[in-house]
Amino acid sequence: MTQTLPREWAHRAPAQRAILWLGWFALVALFVWCWQIMSKDTIWAFVWDAPDQALDIGSRMMPPKWAYLPQLMKPLWDTLNIATLGTVGGVLIAIPVAFLAARNTTPSTTFLRPVALFIIVTSRSINSLIWALLLVAIIGPGLLAGIIAIALRSIGFVGKLLYEAIEETDPRQIEAITATGAGPAQVLTYGIVPQILPAFWSISVFRWDINIRESAILGLVGAGGLGLKMNASLAILAWDQVFVILLLILATVVLSEWISAQVRKAII
Amino acid sequence: MLKLKNLSKTYKTGDTALSDVTLEIDKGQLVGLIGPSGAGKSTLIRCINRLVEPTSGEVWLGDVDLAQLGRADLRHQRRRIGMIFQEYALVERLTVMENVLSGRLGYVPFWRSWLRRFEAEDIRRAYELLDRVGLLQHANKRADALSGGQRQRVGIARALMQTPDLLLVDEPTASLDPKTSRQIMRLLTEICAERGLPAIVNIHDVPLAQSFMERIVGLRAGTVVFDGPPTDLSEAALTEIYGAEDWNTMRREDDDDASVPLDIQDAAEVMA
Amino acid sequence: MSSYPGTWRRPPQIVSDKRVRLALQLGVLVYLVLALGSVEVNWQRVSEGLERGQRFIMGFLQPDFSSRWKDISQGLTESLTMTLTSTVVGVLVSIPFGIGASRNIVPRQIYVFCRAVIAISRSLQELIVAIFLVAMFGFGPFAGFLTLSFATIGFIGKLLADEIEEIDEAQVEAIRSTGASWLQMLNYAIQPQIMPRLIGLSLYRLDINFRESAVIGIVGAGGIGATLNTAIDRYEYDSAGAILLIIIAIVMVAEYSSSYLRKFLQ
Repeated sequence: MTQTLPREWAHRAPAQRAILWLGWFALVALFVWCWQIMSKDTIWAFVWDAPDQALDIGSRMMPPKWAYLPQLMKPLWDTLNIATLGTVGGVLIAIPVAFLAARNTTPSTTFLRPVALFIIVTSRSINSLIWALLLVAIIGPGLLAGIIAIALRSIGFVGKLLYEAIEETDPRQIEAITATGAGPAQVLTYGIVPQILPAFWSISVFRWDINIRESAILGLVGAGGLGLKMNASLAILAWDQVFVILLLILATVVLSEWISAQVRKAII
Repeated sequence: MLKLKNLSKTYKTGDTALSDVTLEIDKGQLVGLIGPSGAGKSTLIRCINRLVEPTSGEVWLGDVDLAQLGRADLRHQRRRIGMIFQEYALVERLTVMENVLSGRLGYVPFWRSWLRRFEAEDIRRAYELLDRVGLLQHANKRADALSGGQRQRVGIARALMQTPDLLLVDEPTASLDPKTSRQIMRLLTEICAERGLPAIVNIHDVPLAQSFMERIVGLRAGTVVFDGPPTDLSEAALTEIYGAEDWNTMRREDDDDASVPLDIQDAAEVMA
Repeated sequence: MSSYPGTWRRPPQIVSDKRVRLALQLGVLVYLVLALGSVEVNWQRVSEGLERGQRFIMGFLQPDFSSRWKDISQGLTESLTMTLTSTVVGVLVSIPFGIGASRNIVPRQIYVFCRAVIAISRSLQELIVAIFLVAMFGFGPFAGFLTLSFATIGFIGKLLADEIEEIDEAQVEAIRSTGASWLQMLNYAIQPQIMPRLIGLSLYRLDINFRESAVIGIVGAGGIGATLNTAIDRYEYDSAGAILLIIIAIVMVAEYSSSYLRKFLQ
């Protein structure tokens, strides 16, 4: 130990520490600045009044109006259909998009791959509720708008995860199939598809689970299902009905999450 | 049978993997390709079936120059070249039978392979080959359920399923223990002898190459620096291929690993 | 040679019982028929809509940023400020919840309580929470800020707790054996292990919060969603297209910069 030791031990070098402090300071300053802009128009009287409002709403929600439940069965069925059919539709479109987007399977990196990536980004950036909003305006309210909205949102999600799975396949297995003299379609079905199949099912079921949650509220903008009933109940301030709907959504979500977890466990 | 003329490969990065390799291999000949890592062994055999595109040179298989072929013709010719891989390269999630049948992919139309409706003749042959490599009762297992040695046997069966005229073998024993390595090498040499199949075997294990190969080609930095029977592989030749090293010590260590005493004698003979 | 069988069928991989498989296939078929049958489509309305759809696509291709720029910029400011403040507050609150929801370092009662809070936050949709908070706190970005903060607690809390439950126990043991207190243990054994993940998750949540901020405006919680809703209600598809393009652009920028930042911080 000929090296001279520093007199004082410090966790980080001074320059590093300075940058770290500066970073935190900038974050705090940014937060304060944003907070001021955001709460500029807030009416604080309403905010202080909120606990009373909460109590009021809470008391109106009790007791839940169980008699409303039978009327919710058809919307529940609709909600399940929006989620399931929407997932099926989205997945069917996502498959070719994913193959076009994956670096190792795309036929053209200069044109088709960017297009596929743009489709994925667009679909992912826009919430299914916004898609529904647009579609209700375009093709009118109803289940169809909901199904298409869910499908459009699912393309990006499934497409992204699937193309990542395709890019992570083992190239040696693909090389081995190529070496037998197989054609491109055969290399795809023998070399790549078996490798991504488990990921594919698990992604699809996972998205279906998310879609159940999303389809439950699509009705708020007119795309059918439970959300439609919720909108109607909110409009007449029937909080006891809203509460029943909420509990039903909660039960459905818990159930679908359980199913999705079971299926994914069975696949892996 | 196989003739390589002035074969060269330079990768996009500027690395030269092969320069001006000329080789001729006769029918039924087993050639061991040795050399340090990065000498271009793997590139050489991949240039033959063009999994790697050669930069220049000719690859004559019979009377066809593989280096000149278009896509469809290349696929057609690839059927004549069976390939066996390091770490097996089986499609892990398919059954053993599907892996063996995948050797027929170049022969059957897409719909047949998609529906797994192979012709009766192919299926019979697949069973026969599985029997030959000793895996008949494993036909319906998934490939990832097998041990390393068993997987490499499936790899051999898949290559033979192509009814090839030539075998390319890339480090067949790289991930196997010494005993299994010898079993696999023995199986390979037997099969080649049965069918009069020529084979090029990349192998990093010099004693193993010496005890199983009829001819050794030494590669160093992309050029052939040794070509002859294993008995000619003197210490000077090894130094030429691998650079200076205490070969006697290394061989003794290798022999200690080997589990079959007979082969130690072989190696000792070679050294003498 | 002819003694080998000439047929081979791929053995079924998941469901091995033939009857169960048939029943499953039949069940899927029946469901699809019933489900598709329950979708009532007013084709006349749809065909009318196609013309509007075309206009929307044109609006998307030729977006109009200028005529509603005042509304757009206000909505955008609200969305962005809401996103940042709610992520900061949400992450700060979710840290104690995340620690409390880790089975390996807290007593059982605290664990159950924290997991319950996280479960509630996760199972309630942002939009539903927003409806209630708007009813309580009035219209505007403040309700949106609260909604997103609440949703952040569930998201970060859950993932943080899962991370803490998977940490290397040997490090915790080593620090504990020095006689360190519980807080010192957190600081020395746990924090170093989870910090990179926490930063990554926070950046990811920032991204999600922005996307959500575009939605909750629909029920009155402020942000760009309200502007978008108005534009669509008025059939101003060129403005709507402009808003959507802005959202896509910001999400893309956020994604790239957060992946860059994560790389930089590690």
